[in-house]
Amino acid sequence: MSELIVVGNGMVGQRFVEALRARDTDGRWRVTVLAEERRPAYDRVRLSAVFDGVDADELTVHTPDAGVDLRLGEPATGVDRARRVVTTAAGEYPYDALVLATGSYAFVPPVDGTDLPGVFVYRTLDDLTAIREHARGRRTGAVIGGGLLGLEAANALRLLGLATSVVEFAPRLMPVQVDEAGGAMLRRYVEELGVTPYLGVATTALRPGPDGTVAALDLADGRTLDAELVVVAAGIRPRDELARAAGLPLGPRGGVLVDAACRTADERIWAVGECAAVDGVCHGLVAPGYATAEVVADRLLGGAATFPGADTATKLKLLGVDVASFGDAHGVTPGCLDVTYTDPATRSYAKLVLSDDARTLLGGVLVGDASAYPALRASVGGPLPAPPLALLAPAGGAGAGAGALPAGAQVCSCNAVTRADLDAAIAGGAADVPALKACTRAGTSCGSCVPMLKQLLDAAGVRQSTALCEHFDHSRQELFDLIRVRGIRTFSRLVAEHGRGSGCDICKPVVASILASLGTGHVLDGEAASLQDTNDHFLANLQRDGSYSVVPRIPGGEITPEKLIAIGEVARDFQLYTKITGGQRIDLFGARVDQLPQIWRRLVDAGFESGHAYGKALRTVKSCVGDTWCRYGVQDSVGLAVALELRYRGLRAPHKLKSAVSGCARECAEARSKDFGVIATEGGWNLYVGGNGGFRPRHADLFATDLSTAELVTLIDRFLMYYIRTADRLQRTAAWIEAMDGGLDHLRSVLVDDSLGLCADLDAAMARHVTSYSDEWRDVLEDPDRLRRFTSFVNAPGVPDPSISFTRERGQPVPARDAGHRRQPVALGLPEVRR
Amino acid sequence: MSPVVTLDWTPVCPLDRLDLDRGVAALVDGVQVAVFRTAHGLYAVDNLDPVGGAYVMSRGLVGSRGGVPTLASPLHKQVYDLTTGRCLDLPGVTLTRHRVRCRDGQVEVRLRQEQ
Repeated sequence: MSELIVVGNGMVGQRFVEALRARDTDGRWRVTVLAEERRPAYDRVRLSAVFDGVDADELTVHTPDAGVDLRLGEPATGVDRARRVVTTAAGEYPYDALVLATGSYAFVPPVDGTDLPGVFVYRTLDDLTAIREHARGRRTGAVIGGGLLGLEAANALRLLGLATSVVEFAPRLMPVQVDEAGGAMLRRYVEELGVTPYLGVATTALRPGPDGTVAALDLADGRTLDAELVVVAAGIRPRDELARAAGLPLGPRGGVLVDAACRTADERIWAVGECAAVDGVCHGLVAPGYATAEVVADRLLGGAATFPGADTATKLKLLGVDVASFGDAHGVTPGCLDVTYTDPATRSYAKLVLSDDARTLLGGVLVGDASAYPALRASVGGPLPAPPLALLAPAGGAGAGAGALPAGAQVCSCNAVTRADLDAAIAGGAADVPALKACTRAGTSCGSCVPMLKQLLDAAGVRQSTALCEHFDHSRQELFDLIRVRGIRTFSRLVAEHGRGSGCDICKPVVASILASLGTGHVLDGEAASLQDTNDHFLANLQRDGSYSVVPRIPGGEITPEKLIAIGEVARDFQLYTKITGGQRIDLFGARVDQLPQIWRRLVDAGFESGHAYGKALRTVKSCVGDTWCRYGVQDSVGLAVALELRYRGLRAPHKLKSAVSGCARECAEARSKDFGVIATEGGWNLYVGGNGGFRPRHADLFATDLSTAELVTLIDRFLMYYIRTADRLQRTAAWIEAMDGGLDHLRSVLVDDSLGLCADLDAAMARHVTSYSDEWRDVLEDPDRLRRFTSFVNAPGVPDPSISFTRERGQPVPARDAGHRRQPVALGLPEVRR
Repeated sequence: MSPVVTLDWTPVCPLDRLDLDRGVAALVDGVQVAVFRTAHGLYAVDNLDPVGGAYVMSRGLVGSRGGVPTLASPLHKQVYDLTTGRCLDLPGVTLTRHRVRCRDGQVEVRLRQEQ
C-alpha cells in the first residue's frame, strides 16, 4: 500500500479524497489528510448562510471515512522532497504521493491599521463567528472590496444591523463579473438596501477609537467613514508557501505551477483547487477546483485525465439581487457586438455579446433578472435560441390594493368609516395609521381594516414609515432577520440593543410571535409570557364578557364518535355554550380562566390537543370527504388535510392561517377561500395561495398544478416559511402577495425556481418546526409554574369571577348581556359612587 | 379635585408573585383591581374595562408611549396612561386608579374612588 498525503481539507481537498476513495477499489492508497482548521471540510460558498440562521454544522461537506486518517488542527509546516516527508508540529509523514490542496488566503492590502482589533477577513467559519461577536452593540461597519465576496460580507454586516459602507477601488461594483452599466444597476440595488458604496477610491488608513478597536476608515479623496467593524475582502491569493519553500516552480501570479494533469515539476507532488496555477492560471471558483480534484484522483489510479478548462460562468444572489455573467462578458472578442437592455421599471439590466455577424452568442451579463441564464449559458458558442430582445425582456407582474376602492366603500365596518372619510382625514393631515384611527376611529375595534388604512395612505402618496411602532425603527421583517441572525432570544435584549422604551401592545406580540416562529420554547416560559396577547397568554380566546372559548384540534374535521362524546361531556359538565365552527371543529364558550386547566385536563386525557384558535397560527385544514366515500372524489382529501394540519399545527405566523383540501373540482371544502388551498385532480393536486374569507373575501390564485403529495408539501413548506419571514405584522397571505414586487410570478420564482437561493433554508426551518412541535396545553398542564397563571384572583383563587354570569338561549348558556355590560361592582360598606 | 373615598390598605400577594410586565386581578373590598409590576414600579387600576364593560384590564399588555407607562385593554386595545388613568386613544375615557405599595415584601392595595 502506498502513502498518500493530502494537505488541506477544504471543499476541493475533500472532493479529491472522496473521488479517490470511490475509485480506489483495490486499496492502493493509504490516505492521510493534514488540515489547518479544527472543523472538517465545510461549504465555504454558502458561508454567509450562517447569518441566515443556518447552523454551522449544516454546512459540513465532510463524510466520515474510516479509511482516511483526518488530522484536524495539524497544518503541514514543510515538505522535504529529498526524503519524501511532510512535517507538522506533531511529527513527520512519509509520502509516495503528495497532493497540495491548501486553497487561498484573503489578501489584505498594505494599509495602516489592518491589524487593529475589529478588522476581519471573510474566509472561515471562525471569521464569521468573530464578526458576529464584534458586531454586538456596534452600529457602523465597512467592507473594503466591492467584488463578490465584499458584497456578501456587506450583506452580512447589514443583517447584523450595522450601517454598512463598501469601498471599491474600481469604478464599479463586481468589476470582474459585470460591465459598467450592470455595475450601475447593481449599485442602485445595493443603495436601496441601505448599503453605501464608495467607488473608484482607495482606502488609505484604518484608525482606532479611544478603546483601541477600529473606529474610522480614511479614503484617498480625503473623506472619512465611521466604521466600528471592518471586513477586508480585497481578493484572494493562492497559498503556495509550502511549494515555494520546497523549491517548486510557481505560476507568474503565484500559485503552485502544475500542468494540465495538475502535476507539479516534482512527479510525486500534485496541486488541486485554488492553490494550483493550472498552466499558470489560478481559478477562484469551486467548479474548476472540483475538476482538478477529479483529474488528480484519476491520475493517481493510472488514468490520463487532463484539466478540461474552466467554466467561469457564474450566477449568484447578492444582497437579494440576481447577478449572472458567462462567456465573454466584457466583450473582448475582436469585432463583437453588444445587445443591451436596461429597464428601470423592473430594475433589470442585460447584455448579450454576439459575434460580428450577430449569429453566435459569445457571452453576457444579467443583473436583476437572471431567469434567462440557464438557456443563455447553454447557448454560448452557438446560435441564439431566439431574437435577443425576446430572450432578455423580463416577465412582469402587478397588483391592486385598497387604492382601487370607490369613495363610498365602507373601509371600517365596525365604525362605519368610508373611504371618503379616510381620504378627507388624510387630506386634513393624518399622516399615519394611528392618526387616521384617532380622527376617524377606523380600525379601533376589530382592527381588520388596518392594512387597508396603510394602503389608502400609500394611494394618497403619503410616505409611510416601516417602523413597527415608537419602540422600533424596524419593520417586522427587519426585526425577524435581526432576531434570527443575531440569535436574540428575549424582548429585553432586543429593545435594549435595537429599540427604545419598554415596548407596547404592538411590538410585544410581534416579537413573541417571531420568537415562537423560530422555535425558541413555550410561549409562557420566562420573559416570553409577558409579551403575549391575552389569547396567547391563556391559550384561549377572550370573549366580550371576559370569559374565554376553547377549541380543541380536530384535524381535517375528522372525529371519532368517542371523541365527539368526550367534547360533549366536557361542555355539559362545565356548562359551556357549544358551536360548530366554519373550520370544521367545535368551539366551547363561557370558560373562566380558572376553569381552563380543568377543561384541558379532560380534553388532553381524551386525546385532544390545542387547536391554536387563540394564536396567529395555523387554524384548521378543512376537508371534504374525498374519494373514500364520495362518488365524485378523485383523491383522499381527508387524509391529506389531516397530514397537513398535523404538519403545520402550532406554526406561529404574522396572521392566522387557514387551509382546506377538496377531493375534486367541485370544491366542497372551499379551498380557494383559504391562505393555502388544495384541490385534487386526476393527476395529483393543484395548489392555490392567497385566499381568505373575512373582511375582504378573496379567491386564492392557482400557484402550481398536478403536484405529487411530496411536491405539494415542499411548496407549502416554503410558502409558509417565506410568508412568516417576510410579511408585515397582521398582513394576511393575500395582502402579502399583493404587496410583493412582481406578485405571484415573483413568489413562484422564489419558491419553485429558488431564485433567491432561499429554499434550502426555508425547508430546513420547516423541518425544525415539524420536529420540535409539542402540544402547548399538555405542556402547561405538566408545569405548575405555567398553571399558576390560570387564577381568578391572586388573593382569592377559590372565588370565581362574579362578573361572569349567564342566561339561557335556545337551550344553551350565553352571557347575561344587560347584567354583564357596564355592571357596577358591589362595593361592600361603601357609599354609592356615581360615575 | 373631587372628594376621594378610601379604605384601608389590603395585602394582596407577595411581590414575587407578580411577574414583571404582567398583571393579576385581586379582590379588594369587593372591587376587582388589576395590579401590575413594571420597570417603572407598581400600578393598580380598576379591572373593569371602561369601554368594553368586562373585567379584563389585568390581562392587558403594559408598555410605554412617549415615555409614559401604559396599559392596553385586551378587548379592543385602547391604551391608557397608567399614571393618570387617562385613555390616550379616546378623549374623555378614564380608567379608575387605585393606590398600591410594597410593604415587607407584600403588595398592598387601597381603593381610591373618584367621583
